[in-house]
Amino acid sequence: MTIYQNNSADYQHHSSDKSNRNPAVALGEINAQQLSIRLGTGVSEFEAVQAVDFNIQPGEFVCLLGPSGCGKSTLLGALAGHIIPANGVLEVDGQTITGPSPERGMVFQHHTLFPWLNVVDNVAFGLKMRGVNKAERHAQALEMLQQVGLHDVATRWPSQLSGGMQQRVEIARVLINKPRLLLMDEPFGALDAQTRLKMQQLLLDIWGRIRTTLVFVTHDIDEALFLADRILVMSPRPGRFIENLPVNFARPRTTELVTTPEFMQLKRHCLDLLSHEEGRQLPRLSPLGLPPETRIAV
Amino acid sequence: MANLKRTNALPSRVTTASMQLGSVAACVLVWHFASTLRIDLGVITFSNVPTPQAVVSAIWQLLQSNALLPHLGSSLARVFSGYVMAAIVGVTLGLVIGRSRKAENWLMPPLELLRPIPAVAWIPLAILMFPSSEASMIFITFTGALFPILLNTIHGVEAVDPRLIASSRSLGASPRAILREVVLPGALPSIFTGLSIGMGTSWFCLVTAEMISGQWGIGYYTWSSYVIQNYADIVVGMLLIGLLGMGSSWLIKRIGDWLTPWYRLQGKS
Repeated sequence: MTIYQNNSADYQHHSSDKSNRNPAVALGEINAQQLSIRLGTGVSEFEAVQAVDFNIQPGEFVCLLGPSGCGKSTLLGALAGHIIPANGVLEVDGQTITGPSPERGMVFQHHTLFPWLNVVDNVAFGLKMRGVNKAERHAQALEMLQQVGLHDVATRWPSQLSGGMQQRVEIARVLINKPRLLLMDEPFGALDAQTRLKMQQLLLDIWGRIRTTLVFVTHDIDEALFLADRILVMSPRPGRFIENLPVNFARPRTTELVTTPEFMQLKRHCLDLLSHEEGRQLPRLSPLGLPPETRIAV
Repeated sequence: MANLKRTNALPSRVTTASMQLGSVAACVLVWHFASTLRIDLGVITFSNVPTPQAVVSAIWQLLQSNALLPHLGSSLARVFSGYVMAAIVGVTLGLVIGRSRKAENWLMPPLELLRPIPAVAWIPLAILMFPSSEASMIFITFTGALFPILLNTIHGVEAVDPRLIASSRSLGASPRAILREVVLPGALPSIFTGLSIGMGTSWFCLVTAEMISGQWGIGYYTWSSYVIQNYADIVVGMLLIGLLGMGSSWLIKRIGDWLTPWYRLQGKS
């Protein structure tokens, strides 16, 4: 649990100093070369992601930004191991991704808490899968809930929580596995503006404490600029990176950032990048591939 | 849940109960007038229908004859055995078919073919297939309960959100754990719908099954009353089957509600 319990002083300068990170625990370096992902079958088959190369450093916060249907969620699905790439290399810490793993935690847009488990059992699910006994996993789950500020709703059903609270439980449920990668697919997309802002700040706060590699998919430019160390901007059909944009705003970041001239300038730049793709509305892709393929065999 | 209902100012429990009792009383009243006045509408006639009074005295006689308990006991044992087997087979097959396209392709065509066959059509074959009449009767109640349970289980399994399964895999669930921890609880509300309907259809098939009974059973009692033209007893048998069927379905539903407390909160989406 040590990496989860770093004090707040450490969090203050985490972005400038990554050397104190314990290399023996979780790394989370992503390496992709000539990575292509095809979706659909037969005549409807298409290339959702085309020959992309990228590298994400351990502990880095990267946003995949692009219009709906550009393949960013597909790429995230491949990182999670739910979609198998057609070509190329996709590795985490030198290991090829062959399927889903608790080391690569995934948070979906909404409604993936198990409705039949209460909050604490949802968070403890990963520990149960590892065979941790009930008392121990409840203790750890409550501690994790404390980290996301939700220890007082532990015995509620997910349906009794607001959208923002449900997403916090999702994050806790994934983080309890101490993943090398935290993968988030528009996790705050369904929330109202106020809650979304709070969740973004909470996420930065949590990430400051646990510093796992974070890949965050969004189509919201403000969100990407506020959160990320670096933005990979994607263009649709076939999905490719059109820009690798470092975001060097100091951390910790506050909401004042979004009204600074530097922020506005980068936002203008992103708008220009994305405006080239206007006029083409593509259906939203999912990190699980296309609907007919979502039936996952036992 | 109870206090939620109260704050929404729904009709009180007393009002609801009196409305429900009133509707039953109205049915009895219509029956009473139709049978005592021997109403004959041409297409339907009540001139041979026993009156409520005759049925009440027939119930009284049955209660005093010491025959009620053996009748009830035999029927309950048959329905229960057939139903339990149907529940085990239906839920197991449903889980397998719902999870695997291969199993669906292999198992569904013959099951779809057997499904529309009514219980009464099974009688001759059941007699031929099973050495004891008891076993053939249990088989017939089994066929009645099997299909609602099977189809609702398949539906429940297929309706489990693939994202929940994906999430569980990302949290380290093995294929067996996915089945036990995600698919089964996810399908449980639908499985209980099937179990509740199956309970009803199991009773439904009872008269048919007990046509081949020698002596005991509510269905046998009903059928033999018709054969010996004891019309009031037919209605007694019908009412008993109705009551027992309703009661056992209600019981299954309550067990289901108790096992899926989270489900009612979701607004049955």
